[in-house]
Amino acid sequence: MTKGQTPSQTVGPYFAYGLTPEQYGYPLASIASPDLRTPDVEGRQIRIEGRVLDGKGEAIDDAMIEIWQADPQGRYAHPADPSYNKGRGNIAFKGFGRCGTGTDPENRFIFDSVKPGAVDDSQAPHINVIVFMRGLLSHLYTRIYFADEADANAKDPVLLSVPEDRRDTLVAAREESGGTVVYRFDIHMQGENETVFFDV
Amino acid sequence: MTTPPKPYSPRDWSSHPPIIAPDYKSTPLRGATKPLIPIRQSLSELTGPVFGQDSLGELDNDLTKNGRKDGEPLGERIIVSGKVVDELGRPQPNMLVEVWQANAAGRYVHKVDQHNAPLDPNFFGGGRCVTDDQGVYRFYSVKPGAYPWGNHPNAWRPNHIHFSLFGPSIATRLVTQMYFPGDPLLDLDPIFLSSPEKARDRLISEFDLSLTEEEFALGYRFDIVLRGPWETPMETA
Ligand SMILES: [Fe+3]
Repeated sequence: MTKGQTPSQTVGPYFAYGLTPEQYGYPLASIASPDLRTPDVEGRQIRIEGRVLDGKGEAIDDAMIEIWQADPQGRYAHPADPSYNKGRGNIAFKGFGRCGTGTDPENRFIFDSVKPGAVDDSQAPHINVIVFMRGLLSHLYTRIYFADEADANAKDPVLLSVPEDRRDTLVAAREESGGTVVYRFDIHMQGENETVFFDV
Repeated sequence: MTTPPKPYSPRDWSSHPPIIAPDYKSTPLRGATKPLIPIRQSLSELTGPVFGQDSLGELDNDLTKNGRKDGEPLGERIIVSGKVVDELGRPQPNMLVEVWQANAAGRYVHKVDQHNAPLDPNFFGGGRCVTDDQGVYRFYSVKPGAYPWGNHPNAWRPNHIHFSLFGPSIATRLVTQMYFPGDPLLDLDPIFLSSPEKARDRLISEFDLSLTEEEFALGYRFDIVLRGPWETPMETA
């Protein structure tokens, strides 16, 4: 008989040199970065920008965001995905990114990636998000959906499981600036527009 | 084969800290206030980034060496090792374990750490290792010092090492802290005390003479239990 799950503890204020060292200028190689793009990945390049806002609406400067996404063909780079070994052309694309909010003057997280494809027949394209910060004892999960996928979003079972008046908190607005497609996704920890977090 | 992977057991909220724990004063403005919405685990949750041995640098698992400039770091050398298992006790091989910690004086290299304790030019404090085929990880370091924080008057964090693991999917993700046995600060620390009482001892490493290397370093064992597969509920006819 084993002990139960090891409890979560906060990532604390000093995660940067351990988990996101290159982004913060520390001398340790990073295992992941805010730039997910690889030379071989085909698909539409996108940028994801957002802030993590506390209960006073202030942007948090010591949060860490992780994203996990499928490639443009809707395949996760993981052996549990049945399509993983089926004709992957973009083998270098891992689909995982990490970004702290402490290096941008506006405390944003900024990811450069490619737009994910639909994962299976039922789900709209989305990016899985894990939120960590000082003051958060257990990490939280949310998802980024795309405002320009309205038809797919309307049928997505996860979005449909969310109360209608809160679905907007999961949909990133699309902007185009200088040829770059930017999706804006603020994470509200509290307040009227509190982001939906999932019990994964 | 197109059978989707099996779902993981839920996060056991009777073992994890609450989202808001008011004694830890940063939580009331930062923790979510609305109930988490249940999600049916799909491929999105049942997959996650894969990091094996090839993601490690040569000295990543030796914090007594990976920050050296012109000598050895100060402090008590330690070996930290343990088994990563799921709730069924099954070893989790080839899993990345990332760690970071203060130096022996209780000071982090981090730019926002302003604690008036010395930095050690020969200690960086970040590293990582990967579990072997028995699910065992192991790294060398020095025992981290306690450090003050502004949570309440005369607040000190107990000696601890930060841990980050993915496990086999994003559903099994875990960030936690390892503590040391017999630390008098544990009973006073709102972060440690935030975890439910029955689960707190899972955060405390054990001194282990069999891990200890003679005339070199003290051994501490810290086993980690990640979520396991969702077991079919017993029929209660
Ligand atoms: Fe710490």
